[in-house]
Amino acid sequence: MPIDKNEKQRLQEKARQHRTDIVNVTEWAGGAHIGGAMSMADILTILYYKFLRIDPARPDWDERDRMILSKGHGGVGLAAVLGRRGYFDMALLRNFNKFKSPFGMHLDCRKVAGVDASTGSLGHGMSMAVGLALGARLQRKSWITYCIVGDGECNEGSIWEAAMSASHFKLTNLITIVDRNSLMIDGRTEDVMALEPFADKWRAFGFLVKEIDGHDFDELNDAISDAREKRQAPVVIIAKTVKGKGVDYMENEVKWHYGSMNSELAQQARRSIEKMHSA
Amino acid sequence: MALETGTTWTVYDANKMTQSEIYGAVLCELGEKYPSIIGLTADLAKSTKIGMFEDKFPERFINVGIAEQNLFGIAAGLATSGLLPFVSTMAAFASMRACEQVRTDICYQNLNVKIIATHGGISFGTAGSTHQAQEDIAIMRSFPNMTVIVPADGIETANAVRACVEYPGPVYIRVGRGFEPCYYDREDYGFQIGKAVQIAEGTDATLICCGVTVLQAAEAARVLKDEDGLSIEVLNIHTIKPIDTEAIMRSVLTTRRVIVVEEHSVLGGLGSAVADVIASSGKGCAFEKVGIPDEFSLVGYPEDLYAHYKLDTNGIIEKVRAVMGQAFEEDENWEDEV
Ligand SMILES: Cc1ncc(C[n+]2csc(CCOP(=O)(O)OP(=O)(O)O)c2C)c(N)n1
Repeated sequence: MPIDKNEKQRLQEKARQHRTDIVNVTEWAGGAHIGGAMSMADILTILYYKFLRIDPARPDWDERDRMILSKGHGGVGLAAVLGRRGYFDMALLRNFNKFKSPFGMHLDCRKVAGVDASTGSLGHGMSMAVGLALGARLQRKSWITYCIVGDGECNEGSIWEAAMSASHFKLTNLITIVDRNSLMIDGRTEDVMALEPFADKWRAFGFLVKEIDGHDFDELNDAISDAREKRQAPVVIIAKTVKGKGVDYMENEVKWHYGSMNSELAQQARRSIEKMHSA
Repeated sequence: MALETGTTWTVYDANKMTQSEIYGAVLCELGEKYPSIIGLTADLAKSTKIGMFEDKFPERFINVGIAEQNLFGIAAGLATSGLLPFVSTMAAFASMRACEQVRTDICYQNLNVKIIATHGGISFGTAGSTHQAQEDIAIMRSFPNMTVIVPADGIETANAVRACVEYPGPVYIRVGRGFEPCYYDREDYGFQIGKAVQIAEGTDATLICCGVTVLQAAEAARVLKDEDGLSIEVLNIHTIKPIDTEAIMRSVLTTRRVIVVEEHSVLGGLGSAVADVIASSGKGCAFEKVGIPDEFSLVGYPEDLYAHYKLDTNGIIEKVRAVMGQAFEEDENWEDEV
């Protein structure tokens, strides 16, 4: 079902808050992988505020949907949305990166409630997601497994091993979303290690491919709703995004893969985020 | 020129540069002299500083994207073709993600591939266990043909990188992430792969260390002399493999108390290597390993973690005092111990 205007505004509001939280945590932590957290901010927002069947009061609820952030360096974004959804007190995030903190840059599922897998070494998450999806099938559970993958991360052969198995096992309870921001650390994905024709690669691996604007809630909503209905093949949503989205000075800037902000830069970032969706 | 004298890098440069920046600069120098050197990375040109080589020799640089297994396989192929690959990525990914490529493609075939791995140990402490490498020394030293070096600081990194070029076979050099302070103030202290450096003489106990713990141990020895009147020998065993058996046994015979301090798991690293040497000798001594216990490290800035795991000056002092207090057979007759 398409989302109505109110729902869209609600999601936009949540996304602004989420991005502001990311800026705050980055400032407190003394640095974070902020660019890639901003590019997937709308994806996380619609998952955590609309699609995921979860209960923050019961993080271990067996029937819950699973969400694996395979691009684990986006931990700052995942932590921010989990805190807002009530898995833990947002104030704990002031301790991000600090000594003995449960929150490192890459989240540890044994320490942070709501995290379904410890990721950070790229190219692991999708295999674990395949395992969770197979686990659901074998145990006749109805949960859906979501997996967010970075585009640079798709250089890893293990992503394609996972993809091959997802399609071989016809995992229609697995939804993979690629954050296609076209940047990695050393430059543009197409310059460092070309991925294109990217959608064709996924098709060749047996996936149903949806290419959408990863910042447009209508498109995100339609693609994910549709993926939940589809029952013939695993789905990959290639979400075209902008690294650093929402912060004017960060957008499409490769140097903002990882960055730290002084209070002035953070303030400027928050102002830039406030202006989002106002057009 | 610089290469011949080996004294380009002074503490003045080194204190302004990270270990990896010094590595990058030295590799650029070496690139001039050795046209066969090829630089490789997996989307970490900037982070590991091998990007400095890329800037200077773009046509001799290969970035494979985020694909470490491919990275080391390609390096093996390049070496087979007669080139001299220098490969850089984070220590966790060099030793674990590409473990089998390093072992089977590079070590088994005994290829001339030099691996300069950054973010070693818990130097990237804030990143958590996915990026911490507390196992890499154990892994690498278990591979036949592999040489394993953990330089004390930027200056020793320069020495190690220079030395490994003419040293045959695979070499693994582990450096840190950030602004680890320098112990050495110049390069010409006689660095040689496989030879320990005695940086303080002593008769009461021996501190054996590598990497960031060298500076801390040297400092601890000074404090222990002033405050406790102890005479502590300090050995920098920068080469974990091949290990300097002679230097270790000389220490055992002199001080009979050995404390090994390293930024690594207590399982399988320098501590284990030293323990092997001592145990096989049949000689007894008081012995303590200081490192990360058999658990995944906490999160935090490296300084906090070093303090927590007793790898800093204060922690080392505490450990030495404990070992000095240990009841120990002071028998000078070694004959009955074999
Ligand atoms: C196996 C592995 N190799 C290298 C890294 C270091 N690293 C962290 S993020 C990153 C780039 C990721 O690019 P991409 O997947 O496109 O993420 P995004 O641009 O969305 O942040 C790299 C190479 C890692 N975390 N894991």
